Amino acid sequence: MAPSFDHLREEDLDEEDFDVDEVDISDLREKYEVQLEQGYDTFVVIDNLPTVNEDQKPKLIKVLLKKLNTVGRTREDLIYMPMGDDGKSLSFAFVEFSSPAEAAAAVRQLDYFPLDKKHTLRVNKLTDIDRYGREGRIDEEYTPPEIPPFEEKEHLRSFMADPSGRGRDQFVMYRGDTVGVFWNNEKDQPENIVDRQQWTETFVQWSPLGTYLTSVHAQGVQLWGGASWARLRRFPHPFVNLVAFSPNEKYLVTWSNRPISIPETGHPALTLDDDGKNYVIWDIDTAKPLRSFAQQDVQATEEQLAAKKPPRAPWPAFKWSADDKYVARLNQGTSISVYELPKMNLLDKTAIKLEGVMDFEWAPASPRRDGVKEYEQLFCFWTPEIGSNPARVGLMSIPSKQIVRSLNLFSVSDAKLHWQSDASYICVKVDRHSKSKKSLATTLEIFRVKEKGVPVEVVDTIKDTVINFAWEPKGDRFVIITTTEPVGATAVPPKTAVSFFCPEKVKGNAVGNFKHLRTLEKKNHNAIYWSPKGRFVVLATIANTQSSDLDFFDLDFEGEKPEAEKDLTACLQVMNTADHYGVTDVEWDPSGRYVATWASAWKHSMENGYHLYDFRGELLREEPIEKFKQWAWRPRPPTLLTKEEQKQIRKNLREYSRVFEREDEERISSADVAVVAARRRMLEEFFAWRESQEEELIDERAALGLPEDPVAELLEKTKPVEVAADGSAKEQIVEEVMEEVLEETEEIVN
Amino acid sequence: MRPILLAGHERALTQIKYNREGDLIFSVSKDQIICVWFSHNGERLGTYRGHQGAIWTIDVDPTSTILASGSADNTIRLWDVKTGKCLKTWDFPTAVKRVEFNEDGTKLLGVTEKRMGHMGTIVVLDIKVDVEAEQSDEKALTIVCEESKATVAGWSYLSKYIIAGHEDGSVSQYDGKTGDLIFNIPIHELNQQITDLQWSQDRTYFITASKDKTAKLVTAKDLEVLKTYVADTPLNSAAITVKKDFVILGGGQAAMDVTTTSARQGKFEARFYHKIFEDEIGRVRGHFGPLNTVAADPTGKGYASGGEDGYVRVHHFDKGYFDFMYEVERERQNKLAAGNA
Repeated sequence: MAPSFDHLREEDLDEEDFDVDEVDISDLREKYEVQLEQGYDTFVVIDNLPTVNEDQKPKLIKVLLKKLNTVGRTREDLIYMPMGDDGKSLSFAFVEFSSPAEAAAAVRQLDYFPLDKKHTLRVNKLTDIDRYGREGRIDEEYTPPEIPPFEEKEHLRSFMADPSGRGRDQFVMYRGDTVGVFWNNEKDQPENIVDRQQWTETFVQWSPLGTYLTSVHAQGVQLWGGASWARLRRFPHPFVNLVAFSPNEKYLVTWSNRPISIPETGHPALTLDDDGKNYVIWDIDTAKPLRSFAQQDVQATEEQLAAKKPPRAPWPAFKWSADDKYVARLNQGTSISVYELPKMNLLDKTAIKLEGVMDFEWAPASPRRDGVKEYEQLFCFWTPEIGSNPARVGLMSIPSKQIVRSLNLFSVSDAKLHWQSDASYICVKVDRHSKSKKSLATTLEIFRVKEKGVPVEVVDTIKDTVINFAWEPKGDRFVIITTTEPVGATAVPPKTAVSFFCPEKVKGNAVGNFKHLRTLEKKNHNAIYWSPKGRFVVLATIANTQSSDLDFFDLDFEGEKPEAEKDLTACLQVMNTADHYGVTDVEWDPSGRYVATWASAWKHSMENGYHLYDFRGELLREEPIEKFKQWAWRPRPPTLLTKEEQKQIRKNLREYSRVFEREDEERISSADVAVVAARRRMLEEFFAWRESQEEELIDERAALGLPEDPVAELLEKTKPVEVAADGSAKEQIVEEVMEEVLEETEEIVN
Repeated sequence: MRPILLAGHERALTQIKYNREGDLIFSVSKDQIICVWFSHNGERLGTYRGHQGAIWTIDVDPTSTILASGSADNTIRLWDVKTGKCLKTWDFPTAVKRVEFNEDGTKLLGVTEKRMGHMGTIVVLDIKVDVEAEQSDEKALTIVCEESKATVAGWSYLSKYIIAGHEDGSVSQYDGKTGDLIFNIPIHELNQQITDLQWSQDRTYFITASKDKTAKLVTAKDLEVLKTYVADTPLNSAAITVKKDFVILGGGQAAMDVTTTSARQGKFEARFYHKIFEDEIGRVRGHFGPLNTVAADPTGKGYASGGEDGYVRVHHFDKGYFDFMYEVERERQNKLAAGNA
């Protein structure tokens, strides 16, 4: 029987052995000190106030009161501002709120509040000051904080230096449970750099400049990089679903559809304030959360209602300005909230009211408008028709919040905003319905952002609905895909038409009007992939069970131009067509030299794997890989060369290419030599092994007293039997007599 | 290379064997009939009838006198090649999945299925290569596969070892006389069944085919993997060609695994790989179901494949096949020729 309390005998107790009071538990007591209601929880202390005299004091208190009442309730007589002996205030004040929650809110929201240029308020709880500032808690003597010795960190951009000196690009492949990073070797097996099992749980993602590789886990997000692929940062957002970087890799947004729930034991990075939130905005350098947000209720679109699917949270919900200075979120139908980084405070403390606002997009580059010198970021938004008011597309300048251009539109059923990569243009694709609301047509409203007064040009020659639109990166041409029927859940998707547009030729540096270049009818294409350097474009049919065509186009073909297109700034030529069965994704490498296409096991399980093409559409390599999931080229940061240097390189291209071509040839021939040498070795090894085997076998047979050929004897044995039965000679002679009439003549003999 | 289509079977083929001279082809299928064909023109010589279940396996002794077959009716039968008479029947508790004669035809091994509480076994029978002789009822040897059942097995050179391929992807080497297990080495992916095991001419090495989409060339003496041939589909069969250093692999998506109607999905092709360089050289299409068995002509003149579609396709190689040579092979040949001269 196991001993229990009932069976304990008096004499077994050893209470006398130690004295409870003797045990020193002061360290524990300190550690687990329970915060008691002290009655001071409603008090805060405001520091850094301006020094005032008795006369100015009421005025300051009035100003302060106004501010304080934005976060809680307090009265003039609840603010106590002690005065010094010299009749001047001591630049701090005690404030009592009506509840501890309000006091806490005041600390959260008013701490670091800039009262004026010289005075930034510091707000602390009175209890905190008592706790941390109590006598003895602070060492009277200043001890400088220990600065850890400088540690050399790995260069995070080392990937830019290809060890082979060929300027190859890297890419990541996620197949099965394994994530690997490789150098692109064109036709040859990609060179593996690192390969790890279970590196991520759901997917991988590069940061926009290629510095970090992101892995996503149930516990949060991790960033990897450097030559050793060490873990660089962790962002513990539980059950994170999606990740987005700011354009310059300064900040990170994580999203989970499950609201954060902070356990009682606390969380390594997040606090109770983050409880119930879905989005967290992190600072990448410090790996600290800046601010968290709850998800907004989203209204299901008609399509989702029809399919009875839950509404999807918009992604990216937080959109970044091109310089990482602002991040904004749409409050559908009411306003846009713009936050300033790094403090993450609402710009001018209020969201920008835009009644009915449906969508907005930041300019992807800092705009350089004609005649505008001061700093600004732009975003474009649109609002639908409300009552008798027309629909409106507007361009807003931040931080001034001025609308720099706005355009009224009628009969709008939907609009999509497409910025050109340099922020030179924004094309608003407007789906208009007829008065009866039965038929749809699309017009393109193109804002020329860099020109004076932001003129708007309309392309309204399109009869059908546009299902896809893409600007040429760094260029001024675009491609659209149109279809006659609306794209619904039909078994066979309708045929599509691909149209190319480009500006007219005009004198000088100006860009002419956008003109229709050519339309290719009866296609299946549904996706447009421009080369990141412009000029080349791939039109693809993706995620389609019937077809999987890829067409490679050149828009500056060096050849004869059709007469009709003489005044246009493009010469269109299809360079190649390809077919990649089951293709689900297409991606250009950052240099615009290669195109990777892949069939992901996420979408279907047929012929998963990748193809690699060069920019002309020549198939370089194909590799079927079981459970192939993802491919992503590693982005490169923008070039450090100036415009002039780039121009110089382009001018001397012939000389450079001569060098590179020679290198390529040498490499290929040496690789061939290596292959032949390896084959020769394999051949020799194999035959040497065979010879030794044969000898061994003969020896063994001899040792066992067996003949060299095990069967010859048997065959000999069976044959005599046959011969005996036959009774005749061993060899059978078959005689065949053939008669042939060679010539027949008739003679009359007398 | 125009194949001869042998349409004598009504159900899926299970195994094809050439005789030693390469003039006869024996084929068995799930339709319970053994067929024998002339390899050069595809004419059927005759059939061997008597089995009461799907026939899984067939082998002929080196003198083409007697024929052994194993079937799902739980028997191994011995036949007179010339007359088609059934000479002997051995009964087993479960189906027989593989039979093979040793190099002189005096011993026959049979692999029995693991089922209904019976362990998978490998049995050895002593055979008298004589149609008149009385065959012994007794098993000379029984090896019980306790770990994982054997799916295929064969005799090495000198009948020294019995090599077995297992359901778990491993290969075992047993002593040919005592039946003691010497090695068990996992060479294929775990729990990816070994589907075929065929010998080189002198039985010093063999090729295995596996559901793990690879075939491997392995030595009989120490089960060392010499070469690996990677395919993109589960493999059912693999054969080593003579005269040329190639291997032939056959397989394809199993019917139950085919998810779409797309023919390209099936991969019902015979694949040729270079035996030494492991490169794929070519494919032969034609079957419209997975290839269940491939066999190489021991004289090196052709090969035959049998598919789930019920057809046997007999191919005679063209001149191009014999002329094809890697540069290094030609180099070696020239060197040898020079040495001989």
